[in-house]
Amino acid sequence: MSAELDLAGRVVDLVRRLAGSAAQAEVQAGHTALALTRFANSGIHQNVADATTSVWLRVNLDGRTVGGSTTVVDEAGLTALVERTIAAAALTPVDPGWPGLTPPAPLVGDGAWDEATAQAGPEERAARVRAFVDAAEGLETAGYCRTVHWSGAFANSAGQAVAGRATEAAMDGIARVPGADGVARLGSRRLADIDGVVLGGRAALKARAGTDPVELPPGRYEVVLEPTAVADLLANFAFYGFNGKLHNERQSFAEIGAAQFDAAVTIVDDVTATAGAGVPFDGEGTPKRPVTFVGDGITTAVAHDRRSAAEAGAVSTGHAWPGGSAFGPLAANLRLQPDEGAPAAAVAGPAADGHTAALLSTMERGLLVSDFWYTRVLDPKTLVVTGLTRNGVWLVEDGEITRPVRNFRFTQSYPLALGPGAVLGIGGNAITPADSWDIFGFTGPSLRLASWNFTGGASG
Amino acid sequence: MHRRSESMSARNGEIEELNQDEDAGVGVRALVGSGWGFYALPDMSDAAARAAGTRAAKIAAASATVPGPATGLVPLPPASGSWSSPCEVDPLGVPLTEKADLMVGLTTTMREHGADIAESHYRIWDTAKWFVSSEGHRIDQRFRECGGGIAATSIGEGESQRRSYGNQYGTRGWELVTELDLPGNAARVAIESRELLNAAPCPAGETTLILGSEQMALQIHESVGHAIELDRILGWEAAYAGTSWLDLNQLGSMRYGSALMNIAIDPTIPGALGSFGYDDEGTPAASRYAVHEGLWVGVLAGRDSASVAGLDYAGSVRADGWARLPMVRMTNVGLEPGPHTLEEIIASTDDGIFMDTNRSWSIDDRRLNFQFGCEIGWEIKNGRIGRMLRNPTYTGIGPTFWQSMDMLSSEVTAWGIPNCGKGQPGQTGHTGHPAAPARFTGVRVGVTG
Repeated sequence: MSAELDLAGRVVDLVRRLAGSAAQAEVQAGHTALALTRFANSGIHQNVADATTSVWLRVNLDGRTVGGSTTVVDEAGLTALVERTIAAAALTPVDPGWPGLTPPAPLVGDGAWDEATAQAGPEERAARVRAFVDAAEGLETAGYCRTVHWSGAFANSAGQAVAGRATEAAMDGIARVPGADGVARLGSRRLADIDGVVLGGRAALKARAGTDPVELPPGRYEVVLEPTAVADLLANFAFYGFNGKLHNERQSFAEIGAAQFDAAVTIVDDVTATAGAGVPFDGEGTPKRPVTFVGDGITTAVAHDRRSAAEAGAVSTGHAWPGGSAFGPLAANLRLQPDEGAPAAAVAGPAADGHTAALLSTMERGLLVSDFWYTRVLDPKTLVVTGLTRNGVWLVEDGEITRPVRNFRFTQSYPLALGPGAVLGIGGNAITPADSWDIFGFTGPSLRLASWNFTGGASG
Repeated sequence: MHRRSESMSARNGEIEELNQDEDAGVGVRALVGSGWGFYALPDMSDAAARAAGTRAAKIAAASATVPGPATGLVPLPPASGSWSSPCEVDPLGVPLTEKADLMVGLTTTMREHGADIAESHYRIWDTAKWFVSSEGHRIDQRFRECGGGIAATSIGEGESQRRSYGNQYGTRGWELVTELDLPGNAARVAIESRELLNAAPCPAGETTLILGSEQMALQIHESVGHAIELDRILGWEAAYAGTSWLDLNQLGSMRYGSALMNIAIDPTIPGALGSFGYDDEGTPAASRYAVHEGLWVGVLAGRDSASVAGLDYAGSVRADGWARLPMVRMTNVGLEPGPHTLEEIIASTDDGIFMDTNRSWSIDDRRLNFQFGCEIGWEIKNGRIGRMLRNPTYTGIGPTFWQSMDMLSSEVTAWGIPNCGKGQPGQTGHTGHPAAPARFTGVRVGVTG
């Protein structure tokens, strides 16, 4: 039994002892060790680590629901958590939407663990930073290298008891020339996959290729989005489009059974196929399994926790977050499936990889977009999003990258951008760009889209 | 640091979530040569503090293998002291039944007045911090913070419309929530959310724009507060949060806005969300101008960034809890009062749009190009408020926009924003923004997808 499962079980027992056997209790105990080495102006300027064990408890007592958490996990701290949660339950209104506890169910796997990543020290992260900086060959660089490992467990008074663990490593960096930045970003379960030389070299190549950008007029352009930009589409689909609570409230665009996407689009949530938070169960103890949200262009599902599922007459898809009832269920490991038969071309220039280069090679006129920045939803129902391009945009003419372009502001409906007939090509290589919040594993290939609505230049 | 927090949200007549959390621990920042290291543990014992110190020093040694420019620290005399935020009514002491009745009742009222989704919430933090340094600092502080708000959403065929009220936080007790008079505004926001579904769309074009004080707070936060963070200006945030369009060589001489623009960095404002007695490096709270009569004159700085920049002041370094590295953050960054009133501003506007309450916000990584959406707008014609407008948006470039500010109200509210994201690992900051209604000319509005 893991230390965290033992801890979770002890808290369930405490609730029974203090509130009686009729109390329903669910407990998630987790240990997170996060270390992040950050660099700017080509030197390490912030270098941090922490190791934290925390316990999350939710009780339903006489029909009333209260949650709480603590990082004080000695006997006194756990007792205080249980006592205040029980006391609060007595003072709150009845919760008619309480969906009950997750029944015992086995896990599909036990997570994605790499011992070397879990044991990595600051010297190994610093070595990758050194490699990134050196590969940029004198350009100013900035970014981070991160390792994190989670060991978690869930137990409830209905008998569900599961445990799992996962690791993640990530590197995200830019190289800079005056007026242009180039980016390279990668997340993985294994630190060994993170190569500072490759990432630093790619960032530098992009930065140099972005020198002296021209300003193009706003308007609709055909685009190739690199995986770093595609991750933003997936994030917004997860937060808004496939959020079962918003769907219940008619605030999501998703219509189950409707052909809302191009037939080339398949989007799956799969914790085993992406990086990001990786324990194989959700905040209510529901085992995670691959869930297809879009299959061959047809919207097939939305994410549910037990509460939103009960409201919808569905079952939980394993997407509950502890303390996340107000926001709703979230699919954190969305993966846009690559076209495994897609060709790759030789990379000559700032394209991220050969699959991106192949998508560009047949483009008559359009833009290559490396990254999106500060995207915000104007209306969740239509999922119209505004944001900016960042870290490199290039004009493509007759299949060739011809010149760097200054950043744009865009205002674009994300589902319409991937709508029927709108997807002109999908790359053959899905990657997980590093996520700054060490939670999400949004994963996708490069995408060629018929139209993207740029509504202004970054300079006005 | 030891922190207790409580949050409650209600939705459509029921409590949606009630959480009570506690966390405690120690974080140590160590400087070894020119390398920094930070380590944190969820344990406040002497042994844990020693262990964290040892690990922080080891991490600092690794930092030195990829050294940046040598940094020093702006001198700071060791300080001993205590500080606590003002609090008339302990927010954690207010009975849960009372708070639950308030939250549920607000949503019931909004539902009765047409909202499809009625939501209310409050959040409370009670934090005790102790700061010691090898230079001799011995400081303890207690922060009691709270706030809340309501939101009504009406769902139409093609879109949804939301109106909210409150959204206000401060370093104060429950009296802040009481003074918001959420019950007195619940019916109004519900009615407005439904009216917005049938309102005219915001026209597209260039016009005179009047912003309410709540939206002005967000405008200050995004296009001034972040831009004057010295770590951004120095490139320390280049890969993520971004840099700044500001050039230190122009500090003291560059025109940021019109002569009406006076922005103060002031963590001493009683009850404002960004207030403290000492920052998380031990620098005592002090007020200074960031922008004075339109000229850029000050930055948000820490001891190391100020040293690099050749400045002689710091005082704006804060951490989101014991497990996170202190870094340059906003305190209270806001406008000083202007000479007008909102009524006078509207009366003197022949043709324009009045917008308020933020709905979406986006700004580039140099803090220049912004596009903000508001919940509601109204036409202004011949000095009077006209018809309601839905989906109002405006866009601009920071200094151009601020230089177009030709009227500023004296009606200042110190708004609090409790969710400012920055840093890697991510940190959430609490910031304050005194703001007043203001008028801007030649602004592009009505950008749609």
